[in-house]
Amino acid sequence: MSTAPLERPIPLKKVALSHTAVFWLGFCAVMALLIAAPLVLPEFWRRFLTEILIWGLLAMSSDLLIGYTGMVSFGHSVFFGLGMYGAAGALLAISPPNLWLALLFGLAGAAGAALFVAYFSTRTRDIYFAITTLIFSQIFYVIIFTWTSVTGGENGLLFSRPHFSIPFLYDARFTTATMHWFVLAVVAGSYLILRRITQSPFGMVLQSIRENEARTRAIGYSVERYKIVAVMLSGLFAGLAGVLYAIQNEFAAPDFVYFITSGDTVIWNVMGGIGTLVGPIVGAGFFQLLREMLSRVFGDQFPYLIPLGVVFIVMIIFLPQGLLGFARRWLNK
Amino acid sequence: MNAIADIVQAIPVDQILIQTVNGVVAGMILALVASGLTLIFGIMDVVNFAHGELFMLGAYVGVVVIALTGNFWVGLIVSSATVALFGAALQIVTLRPLIGRDPLTTILATFGISLILQNFALWEFGTTVRKISEPISGHFPLFYLTYPWYRIVIAALSGAIIAGFWLYLKHGKYGIWIRATTQDRVMAQAMGIPVPWVFTGVFALGAGMAAASGVLAAPLVGVTHTMGLDWVLKAFIVVVVGGMGNLAGSVAAAILISLLESYAAIWVSPAQAVIVSFVALILTLLFRPTGLFAATAGK
Repeated sequence: MSTAPLERPIPLKKVALSHTAVFWLGFCAVMALLIAAPLVLPEFWRRFLTEILIWGLLAMSSDLLIGYTGMVSFGHSVFFGLGMYGAAGALLAISPPNLWLALLFGLAGAAGAALFVAYFSTRTRDIYFAITTLIFSQIFYVIIFTWTSVTGGENGLLFSRPHFSIPFLYDARFTTATMHWFVLAVVAGSYLILRRITQSPFGMVLQSIRENEARTRAIGYSVERYKIVAVMLSGLFAGLAGVLYAIQNEFAAPDFVYFITSGDTVIWNVMGGIGTLVGPIVGAGFFQLLREMLSRVFGDQFPYLIPLGVVFIVMIIFLPQGLLGFARRWLNK
Repeated sequence: MNAIADIVQAIPVDQILIQTVNGVVAGMILALVASGLTLIFGIMDVVNFAHGELFMLGAYVGVVVIALTGNFWVGLIVSSATVALFGAALQIVTLRPLIGRDPLTTILATFGISLILQNFALWEFGTTVRKISEPISGHFPLFYLTYPWYRIVIAALSGAIIAGFWLYLKHGKYGIWIRATTQDRVMAQAMGIPVPWVFTGVFALGAGMAAASGVLAAPLVGVTHTMGLDWVLKAFIVVVVGGMGNLAGSVAAAILISLLESYAAIWVSPAQAVIVSFVALILTLLFRPTGLFAATAGK
C-alpha cells in the first residue's frame, strides 16, 4: 500500500490549444509553404512539386477506399485515365479550349467508369475486390489501346493547355506558378472535402464496414450501396487528378490507364500511411523524391524501381503503418 | 431459308476446329500457370502478384540454360528447379514475416516483388525479345495448315504436370500435409506438421510450376521482361472464374477462357479477343461471384 503524496501542489491547468486550432494552424502553415514554393524553387522543382500534388490527390482518393472502407483498389488508373481522356476530349473537340469544360468532361468520364466498375466489383470483397479492380483496369486499358480512332491508340492524344479563365472576369495563360497554385487549390479543396466526408455519418458507416462488414449489415445499413457510393466518390477525385495531370502535361496516354499506375497508387498509400488522407500525399512525394534522387545519383539508366521495391517491402514488414501512421488517430479526430 | 443456309455455309468449320486445338493448347499452359496461383492462394491465403514474374524468370533461366547446354529438356528441368529454390528463398524472406497479418499485405508485398523482378529482368536482359526454338520440329497436316507437334506436346506435358501434382496432393505424404494445412492450420500444427515449411514448400512448388510453364510457352511467345503480365492477368481471370483455391475449377476455366478467346480471334484481332475473357469475368461476377465451378468441384 503506497500513499499518494498529498502535499504535491495541484498543477494549474495548462492553456492548451484545442485540437481544431492546432489542425488549422498546421494546415495553414503547410499551405503557406506550398503557396510560397513556386516563388523560390527553380523551374524543374516547381513542376516536380505540382506533379507530386497531383499524384498525391490520386493517392488520397484511393485512401478513401483503402484506408477508410478497407477495400484495396487496383483500379484507380481507370478513373485517373478516364479523367485524362475526358479532359482531352473536351479540349480537342470544343474550341476555344475551356478549362472548366475539360474538368466537367473529365469528371463525367471518371464518374461513368466508376459507376461501371463499382457496380460489378463491389460484389466481391477483400482480395477478390483487389483482383477484380485490377482486371477492370486491364479492360479499360485494352479498350483505350485498341480504339485508335477515338483515343489515338498507343500514341495517345496531344492538345494545348487551356487558359485559366473565369467567365467575364479573368483570362490568362497558365504559367508554371499559376498552374501550381491552381493545382494546389484543387488538391487542398479536395483534401478538405474528403476529410469532411470521412468524418460525416456516411464516412463513419464506411469505417464501420472496414471494421466489421457483417455487423454493419446486421445493424441495417445497405453495405453494397455504401460501397458503390464510396467507389464512385473515390473515382471522382481520382478523375480530378487525371484532369489536372492532363492539363499540366498537355497529353493523354494509355500508359496511365495500365494497372501499374494503380499499383503505384497503392504503394504511395502504404508508404505514406493509409487512413490519414495526408499520408498518401506524403507517400507520393517520398516515392517520387527517392526516385529522382536515385536517377540523379546513378544515372538515367539505373533501374530505380529495384531499390524502391526493396524499400517498399521492408516498409510493409517493419513499418506497416507507413510514414504518417503514428498521426493517424490525431488526424482523424 | 436461303439466308439460313448462307449463314451455315459462312461458318468456317475448319477454322473453328483449328482454333479449338489452339485454344486447348493455350488453355493447358494457362491452366499450369493458374494452378500454381490457385494453389498458393488456397493454402497460404496469398495472392501472388509476382506469379507472372516467376513465369518470366523461368523463361529467362530457360533461355540461359538452353544457350549453355543446347538441350531444351535440360533447360526446362533446371529452370523449374532454380525458380522453385528462388521461390522458397523469396517466401522465407518476404512472406514468412507476414504470416498472420491481413492477407492484403501479402498482395502488396508480392506486388513489390513483381516490380523488382520485372525491372531486374529489364536491367539484366534488356528489351530484345529472346526466342527459344521448338525442341520438336515435326508437323502434321490439319486442314490447310501443317500444325506443329510441339504444341500438342506442350498441352500433354502441362496436363501431365497438373495431373501428377494432383495425384501427389491426394496420395503423397507431403501432399497430405499440404491438404491438412489447408483444412485446419492450427490442428495441422498440433499434429506435428511444420506449417511454415509447408508454406515455403507450396510457394516453391507454385514457383516451379510457373517457371515450367514459362519455358514451355517460350517457343510460342517471345521472352521479354513484360511477358508475365499478360499471363498473370489471364490467370487471375481464370482463378476468379474457376473459384479461388479450386484446382479443378481453375483448369476447367483456363480451357474455357482460352477456347473463347481463340474462337473470338477468328473474327476480331487477338488484342480485341481478350475482351471476350473480360466479358466472361463480368458475367461470372454478376451471376456466380464465387466462381463458375464452386459448387460442383471440390478442392
